[in-house]
Amino acid sequence: MSGGDEVVAAPVGPPQPLDWKFSQVFGERTAGEEVQEVDIISAIEFDKTGDHLATGDRGGRVVLFERTDTKDPGLSRRDLERMDYPISRHPEFRYKTEFQSHEPEFDYLKSLEIEEKINKIRWCQTANGALFLLSTNDKTIKFWKVQEKKVKKISDMNLDPSKTVGNGCIASSSNSSCPKPCLANGGSSDRSCNYFGNDFSFPPGGLPSLRLPVVTSQETSLVARCRRVYAHAHDYHINSISNNSDGETFISADDLRINLWNLEISNQSFNIVDVKPANMEDLTEVITSAEFHPTHCNMLAYSSSKGSIRLIDLRRSALCDSHSKLFEEPEAPGSRSFFTEIIASISDIKFAKDGRYILSRDYMTIKLWDINMDSGPFATFQVHEYLRPKLCDLYENDSIFDKFECCLSGDGLRVATGSYSNLFRVFGCAPGSTEATTLEASKNPIRRQVQTPSRPSRSLSSITRVVRRGAETPGVDANGNSLDFTTKLLHLAWHPAENSIACAAANSLYMYYA
Amino acid sequence: MAMIDEPLYPIAVLIDELKNEDIQLRLNSIRRLSTIARALGEERTRKELIPFLSENNDDDDEVLLAMAEELGVFIPYVGGVEYANVLLPPLETLCTVEETCVRDKAVESLCRIGAQLREQDLVESFIPLVKRLASGEWFAARVSSCGLFHIAYPTAPDALKTELRTIYGQLCQDDMPMVRRSAATNLGKFAASVEAPHLKVDIMSIFDDLTQDDQDSVRLLAVEGCAALGKLLEPQDCVAHILPVIVNFSQDKSWRVRYMVANQLYELCEAVGPEPTRSDLVPAYVRLLRDNEAEVRIAAAGKVTKFCRILNPELTIQHILPCVKELSTDSSQHVRSALASVIMGMAPILGKDATIEQLLPIFLSLLKDEFPDVRLNIISKLDQVNQVIGIDLLSQSLLPAIVELAEDRHWRVRLAIIEYIPLLASQLGVGFFDDKLGALCMQWLKDKVYSIRDAAANNVKRLAEEFGPDWAMQHIVPQVLDMINNPHYLYRMTILHAISLLAPVMGSDITCSKLLPVVINASKDRVPNIKFNVAKVLQSLIPIVDQSVVEKTIRPCLVELSEDPDVDVRFFAGQALESSDQVMMSS
Repeated sequence: MSGGDEVVAAPVGPPQPLDWKFSQVFGERTAGEEVQEVDIISAIEFDKTGDHLATGDRGGRVVLFERTDTKDPGLSRRDLERMDYPISRHPEFRYKTEFQSHEPEFDYLKSLEIEEKINKIRWCQTANGALFLLSTNDKTIKFWKVQEKKVKKISDMNLDPSKTVGNGCIASSSNSSCPKPCLANGGSSDRSCNYFGNDFSFPPGGLPSLRLPVVTSQETSLVARCRRVYAHAHDYHINSISNNSDGETFISADDLRINLWNLEISNQSFNIVDVKPANMEDLTEVITSAEFHPTHCNMLAYSSSKGSIRLIDLRRSALCDSHSKLFEEPEAPGSRSFFTEIIASISDIKFAKDGRYILSRDYMTIKLWDINMDSGPFATFQVHEYLRPKLCDLYENDSIFDKFECCLSGDGLRVATGSYSNLFRVFGCAPGSTEATTLEASKNPIRRQVQTPSRPSRSLSSITRVVRRGAETPGVDANGNSLDFTTKLLHLAWHPAENSIACAAANSLYMYYA
Repeated sequence: MAMIDEPLYPIAVLIDELKNEDIQLRLNSIRRLSTIARALGEERTRKELIPFLSENNDDDDEVLLAMAEELGVFIPYVGGVEYANVLLPPLETLCTVEETCVRDKAVESLCRIGAQLREQDLVESFIPLVKRLASGEWFAARVSSCGLFHIAYPTAPDALKTELRTIYGQLCQDDMPMVRRSAATNLGKFAASVEAPHLKVDIMSIFDDLTQDDQDSVRLLAVEGCAALGKLLEPQDCVAHILPVIVNFSQDKSWRVRYMVANQLYELCEAVGPEPTRSDLVPAYVRLLRDNEAEVRIAAAGKVTKFCRILNPELTIQHILPCVKELSTDSSQHVRSALASVIMGMAPILGKDATIEQLLPIFLSLLKDEFPDVRLNIISKLDQVNQVIGIDLLSQSLLPAIVELAEDRHWRVRLAIIEYIPLLASQLGVGFFDDKLGALCMQWLKDKVYSIRDAAANNVKRLAEEFGPDWAMQHIVPQVLDMINNPHYLYRMTILHAISLLAPVMGSDITCSKLLPVVINASKDRVPNIKFNVAKVLQSLIPIVDQSVVEKTIRPCLVELSEDPDVDVRFFAGQALESSDQVMMSS
C-alpha cells in the first residue's frame, strides 16, 4: 500500500496469504484453571524497533518482554552467518521484568473509585540503554524508566556501621584486600587530627586516614522507576495516549477532551480539543480514541462514537475544536436500525507507519481510510458479519459495547483485529489481495476454515472504494453455539518490522509469526 | 574498619554517606563535597575522589544533579587551573544521562570550567570531549554537546575550527528532533564565537536548514536565533539574510512559530535599522496584531509598547494605532488584558496631543471592560499616563471603574484594587481621594474576607504615610476608631490590627491621646481573642510611647490581663510584660 506506484507498474499481483504459525505463549492457562480478574491483559504494545513488548493488565501491572533472537553478542561470526537463514528467523521474546504501575485509588472529592487497570501503554524514546514508557489508567498517566542497575556492595568504610568506633579492625580482611594508596602513607593521623580540631583548617596534604568507600558490583538487576506522574487533568476516563514525533510532547484523550503534555512537565497540560457541550443533555458524541500522526508533528486524528474520524492540525490554532478533515462513511439509505449508531462507534484507530492511511475498528468492521480521500473508507473488511442477526443478544449482554483494537503490519500490507471465541482475523489490504485468515489464540491457531471463493478481482490501480466480504468462517457460524461471548480477543499488536502478532486471550499472551 | 580519631568522626561519616542507602544522606554528602575534598587534600581529591565520583554515576538523578553542580566550582579543590582537566571525565559522563536537568547542569559546569582552562588543556582535553559527545551513540550526549561548542571553538586551531563547524552543522540535521532543538537553542551562542566570514557562510547555512525544519518545535527555536544572529551580523547582511526569514516566519503555518515571532520581533528592529523596519517589519507586526489565533495576538499586544518605542510616532499613529484600537475590542479577554497591561506606556511615546486624541478613548473603553483584569491592568499603570496628560481627563471614568472593582464579587479582584489604592491616591491627589475613595477604604475594613480586611488595614497605614499624620488624623483615624464598637469581634480585631499599624506612622502624641485609650478600653472586651490581641498591640506600642505612659497606662492594663481566666490572654499579656521589662532594663 505504501508503494502504490510499484504495484501498478509490476504485474506481480497481491502478496501471497501468510501462513501463520504459533510461536510462543506466556501465562498459558492449564485446563480448568480459573482466570483471575487482575491478570487479564488490558494493553499490548511493541516498541518502535520491535525489540521490546509491553503488556498491561487489570491489576495495574506492566510486564516487559525482550526479543531474544536478534542480538546475541556471544555468537561468533560464523554462527551469525549461519543464523542468516531466513527460515528459522522469527521474533522470539522472553520475559524481562514487571512492575506495579498503578494502584487502586479513591477520589475523595468525587467519591469515585479509580481502578488500577492499565488502559494504554506507549513506548517513548530509549536513551542510554534505559527503556521509557508511558502507562495510563482511567485518570493518571505515568512515565516509567526501566534500567539495569548494578547491585552494589560497599566495603572499606571509614566507620564500621555495625560496630562502635572504638573496636574497629573487625572486617580488616576486606580492607587489606584492596590496595589503596592511603594505607601506605598512613600513620600521621595524630598530627592531622590536631589540625582538624582547629576548626576545619585541613592540612595541605589532606587527612591520610580517611578513605573513600569501595564499591564493587557483581551483578545487575532491572529497576523500574516512576519518573513523572501526569495527574488531575481528566474529568472523564482516559481512552488513549499517543506520543508526538517531536519526542517532546504527547496527548491524552478522554471521552470529551484531548490534552497536550510536555514529557518533562507534569504539572500543566494544554487542552486542545474539547467536545463537551455547554449542556450535557446535548451530548451526542464522545471521543473514543486519538493518535498522533507518525511523522507530522502537527497532525492528530481522533475517532468518535458516531463512527467519524477527525483529523486536526495543531498549527492552525491553539484550540482545535474545529477539524481540518472529517472522515465518515456515508450512511446507506434505508439501512438504519436501532443498532446502527451503536455499532458505528469506533473503538480504535491506528495510523499506518507512513502516515497516509488510518485504520479504524467499529463493532462489525475494520476500515482503512486514505487521509487524502475524505469521501469514504478506502477499504472495508467484515470482521464478524455473521453476528448481525444476533445484535439483539449482544446488546442484551452488553457485548455490543466491547472495544476491539486493530493493528496494521509494518509494511502496511495487512491489517488485523480480534473477535469473539479468542479468534482474530488478518486481512490483506494490498490492492487485489483476497487474504482473509481467521486464527484462534491457542497453540494451534489454524482452525478448519474455508478460503473465500474467488471473486472478481478489482482493477489494480483503482482507488475506488470496495466493500469486501471477508472470508467468513461458516464452520463457526454454522454451529453458532460455539461462539463464546465471554472469551473475546480485544487487544493485539503487530510487530513493527516483521510478520508477527502478539495477542491477548484473557491472561495469556499468544505470539504468532508467518 | 580503620580506626578513626574522634575529631575526624564527622568528616568520616560524611564520606561514608556518599554511599549510604538513604538518598537524603547521599545528597547531603554530595552537597558538602568541597569539605570532603579539603579533608582529603588536593592530590587525593584528584587521584581518588574524582575517579570515585566518575565510577559511581548510576545514582539517582537528584544526587547526580547535585554532583554536576558541585563539580562546576571544584577547580580550587583539585589544585587549581593546571589540574582542572581531571574534572572533565565525571562531567562528561553526567552529560550523557537521560534526565534533562542533570545534563543541563553538567553542561553549565563544563562551560564554567572550560572558560578557565588553559589553552593547551582546551585543545587536548576539552575539544576531544566535545567531539566525543557530539558523536555519542545516544541522543542525550549529542544534545549536551551542542551547549559546549562556544567554549571549545575560540581556542581551537584552524583545522579543528573547520571540523567543529562541520560537526555543528551535522548536529543541526540529526535524526533526533531533541538534538536539532538543542542545536537551534545554542546556535546564537556558538555563532557569537565564530569569525565573521564563517558566520556569513557556514552559520547562515546551518540557520537556513533549521528554519526549514519540519518539526515545529525546531523552527520556533530557530526564531529565537533570528534576533541573536541579527545582532551579530552587519546591518546589510542582517537585512539580506535574517529579514526574509523573519518575514516568512511571521506567516508560518504554525501559530506557535508566529507566537515566537510576535515575542521577538521588536528585538530585530534594532538589528536591521529604521528603513527595513518601516518597509518590512511594521507590516509583519501589523499582521501579527491581526492574527487569527488569539495566542499570537496576546503575544503581539503585550509587546506593542516596546515595539512602538523603536518606531517614530508617525509610524506608530499611522500603522500601529489602528490595530491597537481593534485589539481594545478584541473578542478574547486575554488579548485585551495583555493590551491593557502595556498600553499606558504608549502615552510618553506619542506625547500629549496624540495621547489625548488617540489613546484616551482606548483607555476609557478598556476601563469599562467587562473583564476585571483588563480594568486592573489599566489602573495599575496610571502613573505613566499621569505624567503626560494629567489625571483629570481620566478621573471621570476612573471613579466608576474603581468603585466597581472595589465591590467585585471575587475577593482577589478586590484585593488587587486595594493594592493599587496608595498609587491611585498619590496620582489623584488628596482632594479627589477625600471625596470619593475614603469611604471605600473604610468599607474594606468590614469586608467578609479576612485577606481583604488585612489588606485594608495595611492600606490605611500606607495612606497615612502618603498624606501625613495631620491628614490621617482628620480623614482616617476617627472613622477607624469608630468601628471599634462593631458588634462582631472579627471586625473589632481588624481595627486593633489597623491601630497597631497606624501607631508608628502617627507618632507618640497622637498614639497616646487617641489610639491608646481605645486599645485600653478594648481590654475590657468580653471576647478573649480581642483581649489577647490587645496584649499584642500594647506590646507593639511600648517602643513608640513614652516610658511614663508605659508605667502609668500600659503596664497596669497588662497586669490585669495577665490574671485573666483565659489561658491565651494570660500568655500574651505575660509576653508583653516581659518585653516591657526588657525595654526598661535597656533604657
